[in-house]
Amino acid sequence: MTLALYRIDDRLIHGQVVIGWGQPLDSSFIVLVDDEVSGSDWEQDLYRMGVPPHIEVIFASVEKAAELLPAWEADSRVGILLVGDIDTAVALAARAPQVRRFNVGGVHHRTGRRERLRFVYLTDEEAAKLRQLAARGVEVTAQDVPTARAVPVGEFT
Amino acid sequence: MSDLRGVIVSHAAVAQALVAAVTAITGIEGALTPVSNEGCGTDALAERLSQAVGQGPAVLFVDLPGGSCLTSSARYAKQHADIAVVTGVNLAMLLDFVFHRDIPPAEAARRAVDAGAKAIRVTAA
Repeated sequence: MTLALYRIDDRLIHGQVVIGWGQPLDSSFIVLVDDEVSGSDWEQDLYRMGVPPHIEVIFASVEKAAELLPAWEADSRVGILLVGDIDTAVALAARAPQVRRFNVGGVHHRTGRRERLRFVYLTDEEAAKLRQLAARGVEVTAQDVPTARAVPVGEFT
Repeated sequence: MSDLRGVIVSHAAVAQALVAAVTAITGIEGALTPVSNEGCGTDALAERLSQAVGQGPAVLFVDLPGGSCLTSSARYAKQHADIAVVTGVNLAMLLDFVFHRDIPPAEAARRAVDAGAKAIRVTAA
């Protein structure tokens, strides 16, 4: 199969991802791309706790993810790739041409950000980065759960 | 030792409902504080947790054994002394907890897990 979902979500592995998306996609592995988490055993143990034992969790830095992406895309199982912020998504897409789409699943309020959707808060700079990503041919939509509408990037940035 | 505070950390309004149920059953108020992750990123949830715990020892009762409620609670516990974390919160464990808050957090957490687990069973038809 392939990586069925590329998702930007500042909560990384949580219920919406594991259950909300993982169940309908019948996902067998989750790739968490984050330079900080990939260097911390403690953080990795924490994120593994939220995942049933039959789902493999792979932790990777952006650099390592770019290197291994072709293998994950060729995997016979269905996988989900997660990043925690827009900068990581942009960095990964710049290194890996296999990245053709990103789902903005949860970017929450922080100083300087304003509400674009109920689950998406962005600074103007972050909004511009998402539009640039789309302009480079990556399909960018916002959708928190599979039953919701995928909102095109032009509608929320 | 001062009485432990219990902080329930949940998705949506589960925590608020549990606090209301405990008060309705026991009449005890102020022992439990609800925290919802609704609309929260990591930073905002950490701030809500910090405000709910305040000073002193506490047990954090988390709804699921994974996800943003747990990751934020575990990080908080790692950074602060006298904080214990229990997952799989249910009403039975909270009812036991509010009557046993004069013990250390780790002991209260173990006790809560026992009480909560005993409440989960298949009843006779």
